[in-house]
Amino acid sequence: MTLGTYFDYVILPILTLSVLLVFVRIAKGPSVVDRVVALDVMITIGIGIITIYSIRQNEEVLLDVAIILALIAFLGTIAFSYYIEKQKDD
Amino acid sequence: MINIILGFLSTIGALSILFASIGLIRMPDFYLRLSVTVKASTLGVGLFLICAAIMFPNDISVTTKAIAIIFFLIITAPVAAHMIARTAYITGTPLWKETVIDELHGMYNKETHELKSDPEEAEAENPPETDSSNGQIADSEETTE
Repeated sequence: MTLGTYFDYVILPILTLSVLLVFVRIAKGPSVVDRVVALDVMITIGIGIITIYSIRQNEEVLLDVAIILALIAFLGTIAFSYYIEKQKDD
Repeated sequence: MINIILGFLSTIGALSILFASIGLIRMPDFYLRLSVTVKASTLGVGLFLICAAIMFPNDISVTTKAIAIIFFLIITAPVAAHMIARTAYITGTPLWKETVIDELHGMYNKETHELKSDPEEAEAENPPETDSSNGQIADSEETTE
């Protein structure tokens, strides 16, 4: 088995399953902070999927998208926590 | 040889991300979920990026980008986790019913959200209410909505 088929048939399905499991937590909640953390983890897994895809396709330009996604995940979590803390009632 | 190293690193990364997702589903309250997921998912993505850096050996820009992303993730993930955990505690997210100790209980000023480190000082400023139901230990799992 070559490394390409290993990435295609083992690593990427595991990551897809992880995204599905995280999405269950986003749907269930139960509170807003749970959803924020689940969204953060989902974007982090997205960075991993983009990295594996760029290895598979020999497109190293795709790593720029991973940089932007990491930045957006951090800013999103910080903004969510700032404004949830500021609001008066849950 | 390179293939074995790449397969090993990517397998460890994928498994740690999978365990992070399973922990996000299975853990009983928000704080345990946070402590499981943030570390494990950062480790997994870091290993994938090391794979990418090994995979393109003749391209120095890929290595630089991979190191930059790993550095950024390791810097920012604990900060984001700390901020969201602080927010969760202040907004009253319930702890697990089998939580042994809550050392922050009564330490946060409810108006200004300032944290006091001395228990007596915190109690003088923020007197504890006699109602025992005010504690954040939940009676059952996932009671907030």
